[in-house]
Amino acid sequence: MSVKKFVVGCFDDEKTLFPAVKNTRKAGYKIHDVYTPFPIHGLDHAMGLRDTSLHTAGFIYGMTGTTTALTFMSWVFTKDWPLNIGGKPNLPLPAFIPIVFELTVLCAAVGMVLTFCYLCQLAPFVRRDHFHLRATDDLFVMPIEITEKTNAEEVKAFFKSAGAVEVFEKSAETGWWLGRYDSTKKAFEKEEEIVTA
Amino acid sequence: MALKEQFEIPGGLKKWSYALMGVGALTLILGIVFLHPFSGGHGEAHGAEAYGATKFWMALMHNSIFWLLVVASSFFFICATTLAQGGWPLAFRRVPEAISGGMNVLGPVALVVLLAYVWISDDHHIYHWKDAAHLDEKLKAKSGFLNPTFYTVLSVTAVGLWMWFRNWFRKNSLAEDLAGKGDTSFYWKSLAIAAAFLVTYGLTVLSTLPWMWLMSIDAHWYSTMYSWYTFASSWVAGISLMMLFVVYLKNIGYLEFVNDEHIHDIGKFMFAFSIFWTYLWFSQFMLIWYSNQPEETEYFIDRVGIPGQPGPFKAIFILNLLINFLAPLLILMKRGSKRNYTIVTLMAVVIIFGHWLDFYQMVTPGPLQELGQESNSISHFLYSLGIGAGFLGLVIFLTARYLAKAPLLAKNHPLVKESVIHHT
Repeated sequence: MSVKKFVVGCFDDEKTLFPAVKNTRKAGYKIHDVYTPFPIHGLDHAMGLRDTSLHTAGFIYGMTGTTTALTFMSWVFTKDWPLNIGGKPNLPLPAFIPIVFELTVLCAAVGMVLTFCYLCQLAPFVRRDHFHLRATDDLFVMPIEITEKTNAEEVKAFFKSAGAVEVFEKSAETGWWLGRYDSTKKAFEKEEEIVTA
Repeated sequence: MALKEQFEIPGGLKKWSYALMGVGALTLILGIVFLHPFSGGHGEAHGAEAYGATKFWMALMHNSIFWLLVVASSFFFICATTLAQGGWPLAFRRVPEAISGGMNVLGPVALVVLLAYVWISDDHHIYHWKDAAHLDEKLKAKSGFLNPTFYTVLSVTAVGLWMWFRNWFRKNSLAEDLAGKGDTSFYWKSLAIAAAFLVTYGLTVLSTLPWMWLMSIDAHWYSTMYSWYTFASSWVAGISLMMLFVVYLKNIGYLEFVNDEHIHDIGKFMFAFSIFWTYLWFSQFMLIWYSNQPEETEYFIDRVGIPGQPGPFKAIFILNLLINFLAPLLILMKRGSKRNYTIVTLMAVVIIFGHWLDFYQMVTPGPLQELGQESNSISHFLYSLGIGAGFLGLVIFLTARYLAKAPLLAKNHPLVKESVIHHT
């Protein structure tokens, strides 16, 4: 991973954030991400994020669970250890269905949680830069990546006109690193140039 | 931009509803002429005379109960979402309000059919328990619940209460339209009506009424899942009917605040409650299959038969599962298909037919089994279908009438905005 330069715009209201996100995309700037204190309906759409393939993954995990349960139980009750239970056939499908269902749900749920964590790069001791501490509290934070084609001053002016309450430039690590939030101060020690709007 | 909010019944819809009602009326008259509904049934005589009456009443009961529960369930939808303070259905809430208006006619029709069978018809193959002189020990034990008087009292009370609550709710909703903006007293009153109705509905459709109307057809048999199962069936069909009307109105240019998000959410209801229905169907089947008690398995033997000797309803039994479970599961699972007008319309039609078929196999196999194999015929199915067409025409006709009576948007409801900006 690498350290990149960003201009970070902070908004204190959903109502200013939404048009700002739309105008940013219209202006052609590259939105790195938007950090919000709570989930916002329609923000993914406004940011132009594509649908994740998490549901397809979920379907595949589910089918894995279904086939595992069906094949294993069929093998046990027909080949490995046939048992006569209450005169039922050796392959009693109705009796299998609850177990098949449970295993489907289990595999789909656990698989999707793990995949979700992987996609979001969430794990114990994995740290990422969040650009602004108040993004977890009461601030909507939108960093824009500065490439050689973008002018940082222009972006700052753009943010201010869009109604940002705080605009600053920041160099941040885009990937993750190992550490603990409560014991290291690395993230907060970086030089920040704060311009109050 | 002027809102197109006053529905005018298009000629095509009127023609279709008249045609369907015509088919129903014709079937009914043919039945009265050829099936002799008010004679026969007594004695052990077999033949067309003996079971004609049974078939006539079965077809009428099947259809009147099914369509009444379907239109009632759209009022259940309104009440459930109102009580949960859900705002999203507001953009189309006048549609289920209009559908449930059908109760004002279908309720009395169903009562007339059921009470005429219980009190006037001589036939007793559908409800064995109505013939007090010939009760065996088991039915005697149940006679405190299963007797004509209590049947009448409970049916009339239940249907009367549903209609009363529905009309009260509708009156309140229409009064809200005329009141000033920001008057929330109507809103709080609608919550109270919804709560009271849900209790009534819980004590009738969700428990006692299906035992009485449908489960008592197989009077010796019992299942604790039965009422929920019946409810799930009528409820998912009701949601589908609502979807059909919403898509229809949307296609001819009404309901402009309804967008893909609302269609998606109704689609989710169709999908979810198809699964819910299957869950109840399966729970009922599996427990009976597993414990294998003769007095319980009888119900399924009448339908699917036993290994090596398939019952007369095996095809319907399997078709029922295919179109009510597998088809919605596979077709409605994807997000895109719940937002596709063609697919949801097709699935709504399939689901309504599927649950009509489900009710058919709840009502018909018991009496037909008793009348002998030769009595089971495609002709009875077609007869039931003809009566069903009549009821469908009636539902379309009544819904269109009620839709035309009021604006299509309850514009003063405090949650309207929430529905307009709804986002899934």
